[in-house]
Amino acid sequence: MQFIWDWFRWLYQTTGINLTIFYDSFDRHRFTDGFLMTLKLSLICIVLSVLIGVVGAWLQGSKLRVTRHVLHWYIQFFRNTPPLVQLYFFYFGVGSLLRSSLGTGNQPLVSNVTWAIISLSFFAGAFNVEIFRSGVEAVPKTTLEAAESLGFSRLRAYALIVLPLAFRISLPALNNNLVNLVKTTTLAYAIAVPEMLYVSSQIWSDELNVPVMMNVLLVCYFGLVGVLVYVMHRWERAIKVPGFGA
Amino acid sequence: MPDSDARPIVSIRDMHKSFGHVEVLKGISMDVPKGGVVCIIGPSGSGKSTLLRCINALVPIDSGSIRVANFDVHSLTTDKERLALRREVSIVFQQYNLFPHKTALENVMMAPIYVLKEPRDEVRARAIALLKKVGLAAKQDAYPGELSGGQQQRVAIARSLAMRPEVMLFDEVTAALDPETVKEVLNTIRELAAEGMTCMLVTHEMRFARELADTVYFTDGGVIVESGPPAVLFDQPKADRTRAFLSQIL
Ligand SMILES: Nc1ncnc2c1ncn2[C@@H]1O[C@H](COP(=O)(O)OP(=O)(O)OP(=O)(O)O)[C@@H](O)[C@H]1O
Ligand SMILES: [Mg+2]
Repeated sequence: MQFIWDWFRWLYQTTGINLTIFYDSFDRHRFTDGFLMTLKLSLICIVLSVLIGVVGAWLQGSKLRVTRHVLHWYIQFFRNTPPLVQLYFFYFGVGSLLRSSLGTGNQPLVSNVTWAIISLSFFAGAFNVEIFRSGVEAVPKTTLEAAESLGFSRLRAYALIVLPLAFRISLPALNNNLVNLVKTTTLAYAIAVPEMLYVSSQIWSDELNVPVMMNVLLVCYFGLVGVLVYVMHRWERAIKVPGFGA
Repeated sequence: MPDSDARPIVSIRDMHKSFGHVEVLKGISMDVPKGGVVCIIGPSGSGKSTLLRCINALVPIDSGSIRVANFDVHSLTTDKERLALRREVSIVFQQYNLFPHKTALENVMMAPIYVLKEPRDEVRARAIALLKKVGLAAKQDAYPGELSGGQQQRVAIARSLAMRPEVMLFDEVTAALDPETVKEVLNTIRELAAEGMTCMLVTHEMRFARELADTVYFTDGGVIVESGPPAVLFDQPKADRTRAFLSQIL
């Protein structure tokens, strides 16, 4: 490995391209941790937001008016406000409220990373509910009726028939939203979550290599989103069913 | 041959059903003996589909009674009770309504596995036998999108049979098919009837009704206008409305 790091040092000395994240072990660790934090945020939020979407789309068919109303306002709130404001709302608003009401003093009950995960998952989840709902609505009522006539309960029909079909219909829209989610994780910067953008800004204020770090960031996000898109497309192809959907 | 002395397996008394302010069924009564084959004919919108859907508890009725085997369909309330009913009576739709993400075999296997909770191997063997029975042994791994309309409809019949029902309801199951494939499906139903399955068919295939039915019901405007053995109903209809309908369609 050492010769790689040496090469980057040589690159800096000959061209001025200062990639401290390679040859400087402190920066290298900072950046790797940041990258892993972004990865962690992305993966956890993807899973949680998809779960919120699946459960939300199911609850939207609920017979209870209250449930449908709560869901409606949840979606309105998270869709019609900026995600950065939501993040502040959770971290500074709800977070300090919790602190003062539980009297824990300055000791935060919920870490900034957790708030970022909660906030971003709810944000992307609101869109996922809408995405899955349109998928669920595109499943013919008659298919559901056939399931019912065979004795499937509503929950079982949803899990085994409606959801798998709705998923296939929703995948393109879901792809877009998840790509957006990965890019939105950069907002966690604002509440000092040490993700990739945050550590990069620390590095460039120490090393004064702003343009280089900017390019590093672009390449990293491009790669990260590229992998996500690739995986989603592979999945889309794998679950494609002949004669269903386009 | 139906045993006319025994208690009817389906018994409907003065059944009423409205959608909103529109009364679609205005007092239907009929009895179907075990092993009997009845055909229900009538103009579009006369409530034939609704009648079948009521028997299967897909839509609740407003008044009157429906009895299928040992179930009072009109007073079922829980999912569990409805499930018990649906083991006895199964419906096949005009649009097949197969599960598009499952192969033909999986379509047939799903309800017995997930609803009846029967062991997979057993269900699989039975499903393969059923597909063979409807002439689709070679297509067990095909998805609905890869099958013709007639083939899909036969899979749908096999799927219903997998619940081992006592009564089969067919709602214009050949209406969406081209003439060539109609025959395949009718043959399947013909065999079922010959094996003693109780069948209730809504159909526009008058020749088929004449051949197969013990009793034909002519419905119009939410009531049964006239009923009787096919030879009587088709050749000497009593009501003017029946005559008018038959002259249009034959
Ligand atoms: N779920 C529903 N909600 C409201 N009205 C309905 C519903 N289902 C059926 N109807 C109405 O009930 C009437 C009878 O419908 P039904 O489908 O039973 O007729 P049908 O005899 O099967 O006609 P077709 O031969 O066209 O299939 C129609 O006027 C229809 O519009
Ligand atoms: Mg109909």
